[in-house]
Amino acid sequence: MNFILGMVIAAIGMGPVVMIPLVGVGLLKLNFFFGVIVPYAALAIFVIGMIYRVMNWSRSPVPYRIPTTAGQEFSYPWIKSNPIDNPKNTYGVVARMIFEVLTFRSLFRHTKLEYRNTETGPKIDYEWEKWLWLAALAFHYSFLVIFLRHFRFFMDPVPGFVLILEKLDGFMQLGLLPINGLGAPGVYLTDMLLMLALTYLLLRRIYIPQVRYISLPADYFPLFLILTLGTTGILMRYLIRVDITAVKELAIGLFTFHPVAPAGIGVIFYVHLFCLCVLISYFPFSKLCHMAGIFLSPTRNLANTSRIVRHVNPWNYPVKFHTYEAYENEFREHMIEAGLPVEKGLDSEPAKEAEE
Amino acid sequence: MTFYDRGTILPGLIIGLCLFLSPFIYNGGKAGKAPVPELTPKAKEAKQCVAPKPYMTAWHMQLLDNWRQEVVREGSRYFNANQDLWWNNQFDGQLLEKWRRFITSSDASTPGATGKTYYKSLQVTCMECHSNKSKFCDECHNYLGVSPYCWDCHVQPKEDKQ
Ligand code: HEC
Ligand code: HEC
Ligand code: HEC
Repeated sequence: MNFILGMVIAAIGMGPVVMIPLVGVGLLKLNFFFGVIVPYAALAIFVIGMIYRVMNWSRSPVPYRIPTTAGQEFSYPWIKSNPIDNPKNTYGVVARMIFEVLTFRSLFRHTKLEYRNTETGPKIDYEWEKWLWLAALAFHYSFLVIFLRHFRFFMDPVPGFVLILEKLDGFMQLGLLPINGLGAPGVYLTDMLLMLALTYLLLRRIYIPQVRYISLPADYFPLFLILTLGTTGILMRYLIRVDITAVKELAIGLFTFHPVAPAGIGVIFYVHLFCLCVLISYFPFSKLCHMAGIFLSPTRNLANTSRIVRHVNPWNYPVKFHTYEAYENEFREHMIEAGLPVEKGLDSEPAKEAEE
Repeated sequence: MTFYDRGTILPGLIIGLCLFLSPFIYNGGKAGKAPVPELTPKAKEAKQCVAPKPYMTAWHMQLLDNWRQEVVREGSRYFNANQDLWWNNQFDGQLLEKWRRFITSSDASTPGATGKTYYKSLQVTCMECHSNKSKFCDECHNYLGVSPYCWDCHVQPKEDKQ
C-alpha cells in the first residue's frame, strides 16, 4: 500500500477518536456516558480480548524446538557455549526472556545493510543500528513510567512507589527555567521522552524506504493514537488544565465501582480518556498485543534442546504397514510364476520361517 | 479443544491481568472521599480568591509558578486578575473566546474575575487567607499524592493543632 494512503487511512481512523468525545461531551454533555460507560466497556473488551487472544495462542501446539539461536549451542564442556542466546535449559530461557523483555536484546542486534564503494567495487557492510533500539527502549520505559504515575488517580491512598516515581521523573524542576517553565513547577522528563521517541518512530517509518514499504494503516494508527494520547495529556498538564481533584474522583469512582462523573472537568480530559479507551479496546486485536505475545514467542521462550532431548512427534499414531518381505512371502509363488525377481527362492522359505 | 502449556500460560495470564486490575484490588471497593478544602474565617470574609475559583482549583500551581518567575526575575510584584488572566479553565464553550484573546492578547476582563490587586507572594498572600495549610492545601495534595517542594524554603504558616 502506498504509504501516504496508509497514513491517510490511519488519520481518518483518528478523526472520530478525537471528534466523538469533543462533540459528545463538549456539545451534548454526555459526561456520564464518556466518563463511566465507555471506560468500563473498554476495560471489559480489553480483559476478555486478552484472555481470548492468549488462550487462542495456547491452542497451537509447539511440539518441536524452534528457538532462534544467536550463539554457540551447548555441546562439550570444553567448547564455549552461549547459555543465554542459545539456552539449553529453563534457566537460560528465563535469563533470555528477562533480557528480551526488559532490554529488547534482539532489537539491540538490529543491523543495517549498506553498500560501501571500495577500489575493487561495492562491498556489503552490516552496520550496527542502535537508534531503533534506543527509541523503542525510551518509548516503552516512558510509557511504563507514565502509566505507573497515573496510579495516583487509580489508587487511594496513593501508594509509595508512585510518589517515588514522580520525584525521580520530575527531578529537573524545569519550572525554574527562564522560559517561565512549562507553567508547572514540576515538568516530567518521561512526557517529553515519550513524544520524542514516538516522533522518531513515526519519522523512521516514513523516511526509510524499506520500512515505509511494509507499513500499513495498522502501523500508523497506534502511533497516531499514542501521540494523541500524549499530546492531550501534556496539554492538560501544562496548557489547558483541568480540575485534577475532580478527575481523581472520577477515576477512583471507576476503580471502586461507585462511578461518578463530577461536573467541571474540561473536555480535553474526555478526549484523553476516550483515546485511552480506544487504545485499550484496540489492544487485543492489534499488533499492540505483543505485550502478551512476547512471552509466548516460541523463537524466544524455548530452550534449544533439539539434540540433548529426543522430541517425538506427538501426533504419531500406529501406522498399518506392509513390509516388502511380507509382500514377497504372500506373492512369492505368483511372482516366480510370472518371472519376477525375488529375494528368496521357494526352497529357502521353510528355512526362513524356521529362523523366525 | 486442547490448551497446550496450560500450566504456565494460565498463571501468566492471571498474573498479567491482576497487575492490570490491581487498582480494583488495592482499593477494595472503597476509597477516601474527595477532599473539601476548608476555608478560614479570614478567607470566608474575603469571599473571593485572587482569581475565580474554577481557575484557582485547576491552575493555582501555574499561577504560583508565574508569580515566582515574575517576582524573582522581572520584579513585577502586583497581580490583578482582570489584567493578568487572559484565560480561565473552561476549555469548552469558551474555546473561541479564548482563541480570540489568545491571538489578540487582549486583556478584556475574564468573566467573574475579581477586580482587586494582590501582592504576589506565596507566604504573605496565599497563606494569609489560607493559613490552615493542613486543612486546605494539604487536603487536596495528599489526595493526589503531590508534595510541592516549595516548603523546603518557604515558611509554612503556624497552625494551632486543635
Ligand atoms: C483574599 C483571601 C485569599 C487569598 C489571598 C487567596 N485565596 Fe484562595 N481562596 C479564597 C477563597 C475565599 C476561596 C473560595 C472561593 C469560592 O469558593 O468561590 C479560595 C479558593 C481557593 C482554591 C480553590 C479551592 C477549592 O475548593 O477548589 C485554591 C486552590 C486556592 N484558593 C489557592 C490559593 C492560592 C494558591 C493563593 C495564592 C496565590 C490563594 N488561594 C490566595 C481566598 C483567598
Ligand atoms: C482543590 C484542591 C487543591 C487545593 C485546595 C490546593 N491544591 Fe495545590 N495542587 C492540587 C493538585 C491536584 C495539584 C497537582 C496537579 C498536577 O499534578 O498536575 C496541585 C499542585 C500544586 C503545586 C505544584 C506541585 C508540583 O510539584 O507540581 C503547588 C506549588 C501547589 N499545588 C500549591 C498549593 C498551595 C500553596 C495551596 C494552598 C494555598 C494549594 N496548592 C491548594 C490541588 C489543590
Ligand atoms: C530553594 C528555595 C526555594 C524553593 C524550593 C522555592 N522558593 Fe519561592 N522563593 C525563594 C526565594 C529566595 C524567593 C525570593 C523572595 C523575595 O525576593 O521576596 C522566593 C520567592 C517566591 C515568590 C514571590 C515572592 C514571595 O514572597 O513569595 C513566590 C510566589 C514563590 N517563591 C513561590 C514558590 C513556589 C510556588 C515554590 C514551589 C513550587 C517555591 N517558591 C519554591 C526560595 C525558594
